[in-house]
Parts: sequence; C-alpha cells; structure tokens
Amino acid sequence: MIERTPVLNILTHFILAVGFILLFLPLWIAFVAATHTIQAVNSAPVELWPGNQLWVNMQEAWVKSDFGQKFVNTLIVAVAVVIGKITIAAITAFGIVFFNHRLRMVIFWLIFITLMLPLEVRIVPTYAVAANALLPFQKLMDWTGLTWLIESASGIRVAMEWNLLNSYTGLILPLIATATGTFLYRQFFLTIPDELVEAAKMDGSGPLRFLWDILIPLSRTNIAALATIMFVYAWNQYLWPLLVITDRANYGLVVVELRTLVPDSLTTGGGTPTWHLAMAATLMIMIPPILVVIFMQRWFVRGLINTDK
Amino acid sequence: MADISIRSVRKAYGKDEVVHGVDLDIYDGEFIVILGPSGCGKSTLLRMIAGLEEITAGEVAIAGQVVNQMEPRERGCAMVFQNYALYPHMTVAENIGYALKVAGMAKAERIARVTQVATSVGLDGMLDRKPGQLSGGQRQRVAMARAIIREPRVFLFDEPLSNLDAKLRVQMRHEIRRIHNRIAATSVFVTHDQHEGMTLADRMVIMNKGTIEQVGTPEEVYDHPATTYVAGFIGSPAMNFLPGRISTAGRAVVLEGGARLDISAAAALGHDGLLVQVGLRPEQIAIAAPGQSGLPVRFDFAEELGSGRLYHFLHEDLPVTVHSDEKRRFAPGEPATLTVPPVAVHLFDAQTTQSLTAAAALAEARARVNA
Ligand SMILES: Nc1ncnc2c1ncn2[C@@H]1O[C@H](COP(=O)(O)OP(=O)(O)O)[C@@H](O)[C@H]1O
Ligand SMILES: [Mg+2]
Repeated sequence: MIERTPVLNILTHFILAVGFILLFLPLWIAFVAATHTIQAVNSAPVELWPGNQLWVNMQEAWVKSDFGQKFVNTLIVAVAVVIGKITIAAITAFGIVFFNHRLRMVIFWLIFITLMLPLEVRIVPTYAVAANALLPFQKLMDWTGLTWLIESASGIRVAMEWNLLNSYTGLILPLIATATGTFLYRQFFLTIPDELVEAAKMDGSGPLRFLWDILIPLSRTNIAALATIMFVYAWNQYLWPLLVITDRANYGLVVVELRTLVPDSLTTGGGTPTWHLAMAATLMIMIPPILVVIFMQRWFVRGLINTDK
Repeated sequence: MADISIRSVRKAYGKDEVVHGVDLDIYDGEFIVILGPSGCGKSTLLRMIAGLEEITAGEVAIAGQVVNQMEPRERGCAMVFQNYALYPHMTVAENIGYALKVAGMAKAERIARVTQVATSVGLDGMLDRKPGQLSGGQRQRVAMARAIIREPRVFLFDEPLSNLDAKLRVQMRHEIRRIHNRIAATSVFVTHDQHEGMTLADRMVIMNKGTIEQVGTPEEVYDHPATTYVAGFIGSPAMNFLPGRISTAGRAVVLEGGARLDISAAAALGHDGLLVQVGLRPEQIAIAAPGQSGLPVRFDFAEELGSGRLYHFLHEDLPVTVHSDEKRRFAPGEPATLTVPPVAVHLFDAQTTQSLTAAAALAEARARVNA
C-alpha cells in the first residue's frame, strides 16, 4: 500500500510528531528538572531548558538513597529473573511441544490460566507462600494425615518452615513463575519441522541433547527478545519488592527506593519539595533498561517477528 | 549382513489403520524401491523400519534381530529426508559430523572423516557454509553425506529427490545409484515417481492403500503386472483397459461391441466366459497396414513426442492410446485398425482385478533365467 498524496504525507507526519511529543515531553521535563537547583525547580514558570546542576543532583540523590547497594540488588534480581525465566520457559515449552504424553494439554491449560493471574492478582497467597515456602507441603501433609501418622509414630510434630521474606530468593522466585516466556517459546517450537526432530533422532541425539544442540541455538533471537522484555519487567517491579522486603538497607531495590525521594508531606515534612533529586534519581534508574533495550534491539525485533530461521 | 524382514506389519493411528499387514523380505545389499501414490502408507512403512513410528502389530527384524522396541539410533539405519532436514544453524561440516559427535568421536578423527565423506559426494570447499547458503542439489548432497558418514547397515530414503528440479533429479538419481554400488548397504527408497522407481530399483514394491500389490524387479513388474492397479500405475503413457469376455474355444477375448483379440492358449484355458479387463500397453500396439484385420478404432487426436508419437484412438468410445515411431496422418474420426500380438494382451479378472497371466508368465520367465 503505497500512497503518494502530499496531504496524506503531511497528515501522517503530523500524527507522528504529536505522538513523539506526547512520549518525549515528560522525559524532557524530568531531565530538565534534574538539572536545576531546588529553588529553580520550584519557582514558576516551569523551566523548559536544562541547567547545570545535573551532576550535583545525581550525586546527592545517590548518596541520600544509598543507591550503590540498591543498584547491585536490582541488577542481581533482574538478571536472575531473566536467566530463570529463560531456562524454565524453555524447558516447559520443550515438554509441552515435543513430548506426546497424556497430561500435555492439562499442563498447557494450567500454564495458560496463570497468564490471566499476574502476580498482582494473587499477591496475598503468594505472600503467604513466600512467608513459608513449605506451607503448601505442610498443608498437604496435614490434609493427607501424614503429619498425624508421623506424630503418633515418633512423637515429633512435623512443622516445616522456609521463610523467603527479606531474601533474594523471595524477590526472584515469584517473578520467574509466569507464563509469557513459555508461550513465546512454544510458538517458536511449533514452527520447527518434524523432520528436523527426526533427523536428530536418527543421528542418535536424545531429548536433552536435542534441546541443547539444536533447539536452544535456533531459539537465540527468541531468547534475546524474552530477555529484553523480562529485564525491563523485573527492573521495574514495585509492588512485590515493597511487600517482601522490610530490610531495605540490605535488600532494597532502586525503583522502590525512588518513592522515598518523591516529595510528599511525609518525606519533606512540609518543606520545599525536592523534585530535582527525584528526577535525577529517575534518570539514573532508567539508564540500565534503556541500555539493555538499545543493545538488544536488533535481536529483539527479529525474535518477535520470527523471520530468522 | 543386514537383511530386513517385515512380518504382518500394521500401523493404526487411533482407529484409523493405514498399513494393513505388510509382509516383505529385503535382502542384504539390495536396493528396494517402495512405489505408490501419495497417502498409500509408504512413508509410514519406512518410518516403522527407522523406528520413528511405533509398530502397531507385526514384527520388523534387521539382520535377524527384531527391532520393534529399539530406539532409532540402535537400529543402525540412516535416513535421508524429503526436505533434507539439515540443522540450519550448523555448518555443512557440523551437519555431516553431528552423528559422530553425538557418538562421542574425537574431534580430529571426526574432521578427517567429514572431509573424506564430503569429498566423496562433491562438497569440497563448502564445509564452512550454512545450509541456507547452499542450492537444493548441494543440500541434498549434505543430507546424503550425513547418512553415509555413519556407515549404516541400512539406508532409508523418503522421497529425497522430489524437491529438486527435473534435471538435477536425474543427476542425483545417478549419484544415489553410484553411491549404492560403492557402499552396497541395504537401501529402501520411497517414491511416488515411477521413473525414479524403475531406474533405481533392484526390486520394487508397489503399494496401494496400505497393502502391497506386487513385489518384483522393474522388468517383471512392467512385463507382468499382477493386478490392474499395478498395470495402470506402471508405464507411461498408462496401459489401456477394455472390458471383454474370454472365449476358450476361439482362443480369444471378445470385447464389448464384438471385436476379438487373439490370446495365448494358456491364458484362455479354464476361463471360458470369464469377464475380464483387457490391458494393452500403448507401446505394444501397432497401427495395421490398410486391409489387415485387428481392432477397429477411430482416430481422435495425436501428440508429438519427438522420439515418436502418441496416437489417441477410440474403440467403442473407450480411449486406446498407441505409442508408435511411425509418422502417420489421420483425419479426425477416420477409421483405423490396430494389431496386438497375443503375448502383449494382459488379462485381469474383472471381479478380483488379479492378473490371469502374470503368475504363470513370471514363473516361466524366472525358470528361464535360472536355467
Ligand atoms: N501422524 C499421523 N496421524 C494420523 N494419520 C497419519 C499420520 N501420518 C500419516 N497418516 C496417514 O497415513 C496415511 C499414509 O501416510 P504416509 O505413509 O505418509 O503416505 P505416503 O508416504 O505414501 O504418501 C495417510 O492417509 C495419512 O493421512
Ligand atoms: Mg510420504
């Protein structure tokens, strides 16, 4: 569909420009605010051009929020979520697509249903499990009478507990267990011709070897796409870390920490709002996901449109 | 020694049976072609030998050992697939050497073997390319090399040439035959192309709807088709069929409309009055000189082949095709007479579709060869 009408050209460019401004303006204002002193930021009219205080503001925000440890924490969580997700999703999709067992459709639908239940929806039960990861097993044992059996036999009451609150494990595990990645892989695996699977079988390759030697290398672009999406997803987590981490000095994440810089009656105690620091911190927090996206962009696009095969 | 013995093998997908009890003996070092139309169960049979498909009932034995429960890799078969099934992310060398790598062969030895096999199929200088950078013929060679390098007891081919253009197909066909002559491994080759089958096979297996119709050398199958199905499937242009009735006394078959064709005494014996399909190969019919007696027909149209001509006639509104070197000119609707030697008249029981003549003729032909 190639149209060559000047009016249409102008119109499409106009829409493009409006869209760009809508997206870019908030970022610009954040950037400008981060470059001024507290007085300049809080005086009317709103500054539209950058000042010279960016470095000073960033340093102050960094020190005030103790960002060093928190950046490391966030990076650990984001990378672990990415790796965990890529691995789990690949193995799950492998099981669903290439093994013809009876439970295949059941498992598929179970996973599909979790798509409709994001973390935010099931946050209370998830928190209960995080508080004691062995709780489901304990319940199962109680319910089946196993606890009672052991207690009457040995006199010891089994009470299992594994607390995940205030730990990396607690931050990471619930974020890994979602279905999006499984679906991305599944769609790709379904495009692998049967003949390729059979050729590998004839060559003597077992299932795991096939996964490692053939499927994973062929999924490179999908992995890149998934990694990008999941890095940003994990980096931007707010609600879950807020809930499971009370020891913010050791396990705090930057996005959560940002809240303490955003001025409200609590943080400023009625003083002048410190927007310049909040914005400087925001800029810093945005940098890693942006770098990841820029770096992975080429692979990312290919992985989603699935042309490289 | 890797002979293959297939005993009453059946395959069902759910309730749907697609291979109905196949018995077949494949001898060591033989090149067997399984020929049949699309959907007749050729691939399924081949894949049951390979171990890619479970055997519903019956038994497959390779070199005397029942392989029903064996994994594909334990059966010592190598397979060449229709779409080549090369690993897209591996180089040609890695593709060819993958089976050896899986088997745990040391790298240096592997590379030496890959180089040697690649040279033998004409892939020198391409070892570092990816499959995406190869032409169809070259991919085919990689697929062949990948099978050869394993030194399998049995080669299995599932329509490996059907994605090539006509010229390349002939070339690769010759190549496959040459490789077979050199390696002499038992080969099973599936195709729906009768030319491929006829030219490659030591013996061919004609399949139809999940059963075997006939097993024999290409010559036997062509000369003495066992059923109307085989007769119609083998030969190009296809055999002509005319309904008729045997008259033992007259040693002839009487066609509908009253025309008579002489047949051999043996064929006529004991079948008096039997309704038959009369099969006539276009290349065994001659156009009679004026005044001669024979099968009366009317001219319909002709096709020039260069090396000869196909004349399409009508006998009682049934088409009769004649392949002849003679260049004759007919006007549309012009009457003509065709002659057929008695030995070229194939007779099939109209009810059972079985040949009345093939079994006896085959036995006689084999006896002559053995004598
Ligand atoms: N996995 C399958 N599930 C169900 N039916 C199948 C399957 N594979 C093949 N068939 C059926 O079995 C029949 C024979 O198939 P196939 O052996 O591939 O035929 P051919 O190779 O002779 O063309 C076909 O009717 C096909 O539809
Ligand atoms: Mg087939």
